[in-house]
This record gives sequence, C-alpha cells and structure tokens, in this order.
Amino acid sequence: MKMRIATLAVSAVLACGVAPDVSGQARPNAAPPAQNPGQQNFDNVQMQVLHVQGNVYMIVGAGGNTTVQAGDGGVLVVDTQYPQVSAKLLAAIRTISPKPIHYIINTHMHDDHIGGNEFLAKAGPTRPDRAPIEAGLGGNVGAQTTIIAHENVLNRMVVNGPEGKAPGLWPNETYFEDQTEVFFNGEAIQILHQPAAHTDGDSIVFFRRSDVIATGDVFTTTMYPFIDSARGGTINGIVDALNRIIDIAIPDHKVQEGGTMIIPGHGRLCDEQDVIEYRDMVTIIRDRIQYMIKKGMTLDQVKAAKPTLDFDPRYGTDSGFWTTSMFIETIYRDLSKKK
Amino acid sequence: MSSLAARIGGGALLVALAGTPAFAQADFTGTWGARYQEDFPERIPGPELGDYLGLPINASARQFAESWDPSRITLPEEQCRVHVSPYIYRGPLNLRIWEDRDPDTQELIAIKHHISTYDQTRTIYMDGRPHPPEIAVHTWKGFSTGKWIGDMLTVTTTHIKQGWIRRNGLPMSDKATLTEYFVRNGDTLTRISITKDPLYLTEPLVKSEDFVLAGRSLGAGNFLYECHPVVEVANRPKGAVPAYQLGENTFPKEFQDRYKLPEIATRGGAETMYPEFIDKMKQAK
Repeated sequence: MKMRIATLAVSAVLACGVAPDVSGQARPNAAPPAQNPGQQNFDNVQMQVLHVQGNVYMIVGAGGNTTVQAGDGGVLVVDTQYPQVSAKLLAAIRTISPKPIHYIINTHMHDDHIGGNEFLAKAGPTRPDRAPIEAGLGGNVGAQTTIIAHENVLNRMVVNGPEGKAPGLWPNETYFEDQTEVFFNGEAIQILHQPAAHTDGDSIVFFRRSDVIATGDVFTTTMYPFIDSARGGTINGIVDALNRIIDIAIPDHKVQEGGTMIIPGHGRLCDEQDVIEYRDMVTIIRDRIQYMIKKGMTLDQVKAAKPTLDFDPRYGTDSGFWTTSMFIETIYRDLSKKK
Repeated sequence: MSSLAARIGGGALLVALAGTPAFAQADFTGTWGARYQEDFPERIPGPELGDYLGLPINASARQFAESWDPSRITLPEEQCRVHVSPYIYRGPLNLRIWEDRDPDTQELIAIKHHISTYDQTRTIYMDGRPHPPEIAVHTWKGFSTGKWIGDMLTVTTTHIKQGWIRRNGLPMSDKATLTEYFVRNGDTLTRISITKDPLYLTEPLVKSEDFVLAGRSLGAGNFLYECHPVVEVANRPKGAVPAYQLGENTFPKEFQDRYKLPEIATRGGAETMYPEFIDKMKQAK
C-alpha cells in the first residue's frame, strides 16, 4: 500500500472528549478533567497523514480520526477533531489538496468529531448561487461548505443549555432515514445511519470507488466501545453497526486481508479482520453479561466474574472517562431494561 | 513441554550459531520443505483443546482460550483466517525464498518468503527503511526488516494482526513483536523466533523450526491455497459468535484427565517452561 506520512510523530491521540453517563440521565457534554479538551495542551499535537487507498486519506491528530477524500472536484472531510487543532488540521488537509472543502460529514455529535466544522467550512468553495447564511437552522453557516449529518446530530446540537453547540458547528444538511448519499470526485459515497449504537445519530461513510469505510466511534482500536447511553447509544446497536461494517467490507480473497480498508473513530488504520476481532470481543462480552443477567446475577456479581478479563489488556482501563467498570455497568443496565 | 524444549534448545543454538565461522554463503534462496519432528503433536495433528503447557501466558490469555469455541472458524468471515508470522512457520508448509535486487546496482532490497499455507508472501526489507508509524495497518505477516549478523539473518517484525500463540484459542495480540534468526547449515535452514506480547505473555516465547532444501523446485500446485468461505451452519442467527460461557468449557479438564496431568501444569504460565516445575508437578499429583 502506498503510504504517505506527513508527520511521523504525534504527542497525543486524544480519546472522545465527552462524558459518559451510565445512569442514563442526561448530563452536560463536558468531559471529566482528564479528558476535558479545555485542560489539554494542544500545542504539541502534530497531525499524521496517511494515504489509505484511492482518493482517501486518514489524518490522526487530536480527537477522532479525520478522513479526507480529495480529487479534481475538491475536498470532502469526515469528522473535524477538536476546535483547538483546526488550523493544524486544515494545514494537514492542504498537504493533500489545495482545493476547496465542499463537504464535511459528521459521524456523530461529540466534540472531538465536530470541533473544526466552523473553521474548515470557511475553506469552502465560492458558489454565487448559494449565498452564505450567517446563522439559523438549515442555513449554510460557514462559507459554502455543506455539513452533513444524521438529523439526531442536529437535534442534539440546537438545544439550549450546555448540551447545545454553537451554530457554526451545526450541520446544514441532515437526513432522517437510513442513509443518504453524495457523488463527489467521481466517487459514490454512502452515508449510512446506524441507529442507537455509539449515540443515536451515528453514520458510517462508505467510499465505494476507493473502497474505504470511515466508521466513526462505532469502531475504534483504542478502547472498549463507548456506549453513550445518555445520547441514545446501546450495546446491541454497537454490535449491529460492527456487523454492518463486516457485511460491507470485502477482503482481498487471495491473501485474506486488505481489500476494503477501515478508518476507525480512534486508533490505527484497519481492514475487515480487525473489525471481526472487535465484533467478536463485543459480542462475546455482551453474551456473557446477558447470560449472567438471566442467571439472576447482580451487577456486583457480574463484575466479580470478570467478564472482560480476556480483553482487558487490549481495551480495558481503570482510569479516564470510560473505564472497564463503566463499560460493564452500561451493558448490564442496557440489557436489564424491560423490552 | 514443547516450548520448554524449544526455549532451552533455541537458546543454546543461538549462542552456538552466533559464534559459528561464516560459511561460504548466506544465501537462503530456494524451495524448502518443513520438518516436523520437533513439537510434532502440536504442529501436525494440532494442539489439543486445553493444552497450554509450557507457554508463558497470563490469566487473560487463559480466559480467552477457555472461552474460545472452535466453531468460531465456521463463520464465513473467519473460515479463511490466516496464521500470523510468529505462528505460520509451525504448520505444514512449503517455503520458497527469493531475493529482490535493484536491477541497476544489484543491491539487496528485500528477501521474500512465499508460504504455501494460506498463499502468503512475506517481504523482509533489507534496505534499511524504517518501520511505519503505529497508525499504519497491521497485516498477517507484519512489517519486517532484516540485517545480517555474520551469516545469520536477524528479522524484526512489527504491525502484526491479532493471531494465535497456539491454535487452540490462545491469543496473540496485535501489540506483539517478533524477532527471528535464520541460519543455514548446508541444506538445512533453521528459524528461531522470539515473540514478545506485552498483553498476553509474561515472558518472551522462544520456538524453532527446521527446513530442508528441496532437490528440485516445486510446482505451482504446491504453493496455491484456495479458500472460499461458505455458509457451513444453516440458520445461525446473524452476528452470532460461538463461544463458551465462562467456566463451562469442559475440554481443558478432558485434556488434563487424558494425560493424568495436574491442573497447574495444563493451565500453562511462565513457570511451566522451566525444569524446576517438574518438582512442583510431582507435588501437585
């Protein structure tokens, strides 16, 4: 695979900057101190740019991974990291293409995936037929860039109070059914809604000609899946999303790897096999906890049985915003709900 | 037991080989056939379920294996699963080795291995290029670079996919790294591997294998491996992943009873690699 490394070093790959709420109660979208972007030093963050295949690139910096599709028609960006690194992200995009950013797609509404929306939208194209609207629902609030997300992303952004986001971050083109699409740079791009997975507004983005999937946080390589139950996430939605990625992805049958490449929400570049390993892990843990619930075990008894022990070295942690204990609790409470 | 022997034998061999005067060549090119006398039960019939003897695994690896249901590899997406570079040389295979050289300078760019099992081609870069960054994709064979120590080829491999320490469910994580030593003595090629896995191994795992040069080149049919996944279990619920619930896998006990081994031995762990463990086994009985 051709690989393009703009910068080899990165001082920090920061995880989701949101606070989970295993109680199911809504809470402000402010992260605990360890993950609060306001308390993190972004000065040393450097962007790593990796050519994936076809027209698609992956940029790892601070926050969720960014996917870039570039060609003669311009630039399309999936997820925009934290706002503090927007200038660096744009500089990294400029190492791929000098052309305007026509589209931004947000895989969900967490801060580390939408933070650069407003800044990057100002690098949009000039379209006389679409004068910018400075504010307002459904308006083009940046320059001329179209920001696409599932409707639930916008719904969660426009509320008053701490959950709400500044209008400049809002998507200006939403969809409410199971998918939408864009044809750009000679490539068909499917934006597929994954209901009730990481949140209730998740999209995965499939670049059909380049054969690359940007998954958002329904799949990461850095931790157990963060099930944001306060914002509509569920364990079974995560499992469904992973199985859908596996359905779409096709490896090179000659060598059983490569083929469709997968850009996770966080972590390294992957292919289908990596998603299979992760799906297996999530499914096995879910099935174990479900089995224990059926046996009448309490949450404490489930935790004592260590249902994640075999995967903890790879994905577990006792600190930070999403601990192994919180992962177990969330699944337990999710599966214990009366249907 | 097998890995203990490999560890002791491999260590001694490394010392001996490193001090061996250079032969007239360090050319590994050719077609090689594997020899399986070493660790035969594990390598050809295949390891028994619940056999973790002589492997420096931790509790997480053990739970992973005891939950692992062989039916997992009936899933279409897992039927063609390839063995990773630390493990694939253990199994039945033909091995073809050739060199990639710069056509203008004849400098060695890479040594290539084609492994018949799963039709895998592995590249060992010899031109001093760096390993890719951590965010790069991981592959079955990983990213390998080599250098010569006398006539011994030393290979360092990173970026390996998750795989097996032993194909009865004992996992190797995608954080593992591999160091190999290839040595040729006449028509025998010896490979010694040291696998370090910070997630599932408490100590490095040392193994060795021998290969014998084929008298003539083998035809294509000896190297092709066709695998086309099919639905093997009808009406399986979509997304089902076969696995034993914790504590409900009876096979580890079956293995223990068949060979009349104490449980502390069959469950593996670093101490089962060393000779002193024999006394502990006797006491456990």
